[in-house]
Amino acid sequence: MTRARSLGRRIVVPALSVITALLVGAIVIVLTDFEHLSQLTTDPGAAIGGALGGVARAYGAMLTGAFGDPGRVLTALQSGNSKDIAAAIRPITETLVATMPLIFCGLAVAVSFRAGMFNIGADGQLRLGALAATMTAIFLSGQVPAPVILVLAILMAVIAGGLWGFVPGLLKARTGAHEVITTIMLNYISSLVLFFALRSPVLRAAGSTSPVSKNLVPIVDVPNIIDLPTIRLDWGFIVALLMAVAVSWLLFRTTKGFELRASGFSATAARYAGMSAGGSMMLAMTISGGLAGMSGGFMVIGTVGQLSLDISGQIGFNAIALALLAGLRPSGVVMAALLFGALTNGGKLMGVQSGIPFDLLIFVMALVIMFVAAPGLIRSIWRIKVTPPSPEVPSMTTAAPAEQA
Amino acid sequence: MRLELRDITKRFPGVLANDRISISADRGKVLGMLGENGAGKTTLMNILSGLYRPDSGQILIDGEERVFRDPVDAITAGVGMVHQHFMLVPVFDVVEAVALGAETVKGPLKTFDRAAARKRVVELSEQYGLDVNPDARIESLPVGVRQRVEIIKALYRHSDILVLDEPSAVLTPHETEELFGIIRSLAAAGTTVIFITHKLNEVLEVADDIVVLRRGRVAGTADPKTATRQTLANLMVGRDVELIVPKGPAKPADVVLHIENLFVRNDRLDMSVKGLDLDVRAGEIVAVAGVQGNGQTELVEAITGLRSADSGTITIGGHHTEKASPRQVSDLGVAHIPEDRGRDGLISTMTIAENYILDSYHKAPYSHNGVFDLNAVRERAAQGVKDFDIRTPSIETYAGALSGGNQQKVVVAREFSVPVQLVVAAQPTRGLDVGSIEYIHRRLVEQRDAGAAILIVSTELDEVLAVGDRIAVMFDGRIVGILSGDDATYENLGLLMGGATFGGGVAA
Repeated sequence: MTRARSLGRRIVVPALSVITALLVGAIVIVLTDFEHLSQLTTDPGAAIGGALGGVARAYGAMLTGAFGDPGRVLTALQSGNSKDIAAAIRPITETLVATMPLIFCGLAVAVSFRAGMFNIGADGQLRLGALAATMTAIFLSGQVPAPVILVLAILMAVIAGGLWGFVPGLLKARTGAHEVITTIMLNYISSLVLFFALRSPVLRAAGSTSPVSKNLVPIVDVPNIIDLPTIRLDWGFIVALLMAVAVSWLLFRTTKGFELRASGFSATAARYAGMSAGGSMMLAMTISGGLAGMSGGFMVIGTVGQLSLDISGQIGFNAIALALLAGLRPSGVVMAALLFGALTNGGKLMGVQSGIPFDLLIFVMALVIMFVAAPGLIRSIWRIKVTPPSPEVPSMTTAAPAEQA
Repeated sequence: MRLELRDITKRFPGVLANDRISISADRGKVLGMLGENGAGKTTLMNILSGLYRPDSGQILIDGEERVFRDPVDAITAGVGMVHQHFMLVPVFDVVEAVALGAETVKGPLKTFDRAAARKRVVELSEQYGLDVNPDARIESLPVGVRQRVEIIKALYRHSDILVLDEPSAVLTPHETEELFGIIRSLAAAGTTVIFITHKLNEVLEVADDIVVLRRGRVAGTADPKTATRQTLANLMVGRDVELIVPKGPAKPADVVLHIENLFVRNDRLDMSVKGLDLDVRAGEIVAVAGVQGNGQTELVEAITGLRSADSGTITIGGHHTEKASPRQVSDLGVAHIPEDRGRDGLISTMTIAENYILDSYHKAPYSHNGVFDLNAVRERAAQGVKDFDIRTPSIETYAGALSGGNQQKVVVAREFSVPVQLVVAAQPTRGLDVGSIEYIHRRLVEQRDAGAAILIVSTELDEVLAVGDRIAVMFDGRIVGILSGDDATYENLGLLMGGATFGGGVAA
């Protein structure tokens, strides 16, 4: 009862942020709909109706693009034709494919933020992880069975990403170098390392002049959850969900997690309590980097199938936004990642079908984040009473059971 | 001028901060306002200074009703405030700081007429015996003098009603005496003074009338000629309290904490503790008295492992701890009640349960092999809340949501949840109300009687005198005198705290 109420209170602001952002997005769609707006003086009813119709079509396309058309799924399932089924469920599986790295990186950011470390370097850690997995796959190609390669590739990805995260943690703990600066700089370095590695003929796709790796699918491929043509959703997604459970357990059920959170809230109080704040920083950054690296690993040997320079896209930065949207809760990260995955994936179809540029989606996502960052604004827009002064962070004994459930 | 507040009521969401409060102060009189934290003193003063508007009630000055819409209205009406935290620009000199916002101007360009302002500052300073150098920079002045600058600032604005909010909190006993002299001369010259405090002996000493607030209401008034500390305390708390926790004679046993020729540097690497010697035995309470900033903080940090000693010896129960970590010290059975509980003793965004295990989370029964036993955590925390009478809706409440007294109870409950041989308590009752002080002192005496060695560092003489079996006075990084609790008085402690060496030559 109280748990349900506290959950409701926790998600009300993020949920209203999303709704508000979509409403503002709708206004922008109307305002940029010049075709209909030009009729405003001659035929106002038609103009407004048409513009609103445009909004409905756009968001409708986005929904279909993100989750598929239920009617079509149903008919496809009845027909039993695997091609039809694949085509019908592809939108939602693609949403989950886009969600997977967002979960990994969102968790990575959440762990580091919990310890008071602003890891801006998930992108770089992801790239290094992807590179390590690619190299492992290519070097071991044909020498050991594929399942062994798979395990080793992911392991190497975690180690590489973890090291790339450990470095800023070490620098902060030992010298006080600010992690925001060091992780951003390491992002640049990781890009160039990737570029250098992809110039090597060992990794580069045969005959290609652009810096992309060989296709890794023939060497190793994470098994798919549903075995249908063109469906890319694989067990990496399940591992991402498991990691959310693991991170939640780490943060709320272990003494290490307690140290991380205590140091993150108050480094001095943690020190007074005999904890090592520096140790917590390094541990948090290593775990954080490891999670981001794992994301890169699962992408190159799974959903993407090869390594390219833009493997990380904007995932590392979107992860920061979604981790904050999630209130740094692992369960929230999964939901926020789903939202971002759906927006990204649905936005593509919206662009194709309604001619509304993909940039509008980025605009809406930016609005979501802005509104989340300004809860006071959302509360005043929607006239929500300010809840008691308790800060909106979970604790060991309250949030843990909900997180685990 | 005569000030009268009639039936002032102010309600905040969920709290009735002021409930039909009526007080009055005559011209040339000092009204002492006593009350615990949360009694409504601050709200009432904010109403009087124009920061809040009352929901109902009237403010009358010389019988005429006034409405203060903002602080400017209050100043115009002649009400001057001296806040607990001074509001002076550090890089200004006294004249500039005083005149800021009320500058006299001259010439067509309306430039600041410094000469006129300076003249007035000097006049005020002489008239009331404030003794302030008008050309000194604020940042170079000691706290006591800065407070006098604040008083000049109020007088400069023709305040006939002066409100002093906890003015002695930052002062040495000697500076407090000087302040009282100033208050008396202000009153003699016709200023109405409202003196807010929670210190009982101060109102008894300086006030002409005393009003006691409790839970937003006037709990009663008292005449300082007939009232005693005890009657005032009972009025403040609403029950019989013990100002001095009863304790039997100390039974000192073996030396637990031994400090010899200790040197410790502060954050700026200046030497703060300069060759300090001190022994604390099991079964006794040693109180270290001293004005803030004489090395007490560094001493406590050195003992508890938070700061490494520059040179010298510290042993706890025979173990050398000069280079020990906080955890190693804590594992020796040392309880530490830190000076700044909000920053160092608690994590306000964690729950009471989490704060309760903050320094023993890694041990059984709370965790095994790094994994928590949440049932054990909940059970123990609930027991601690019960044993220490922590007023909280649940153990899941955030520590930051508790009152100061209850926060300190959480710290004390945690520190005493394991067996201790040494308790290091820095300012253990700072900012707490009489009821909570009584409670904390009682717990410290209990620990003493159970055989622990207790070291209390405090700037409050009342506290030092109430609980110390022996009182060590710290000045400029050294212990300049040790008195037995029976011999110590305000006077001889005050002298030592000011740096005078004691005639009897009890210690060097």
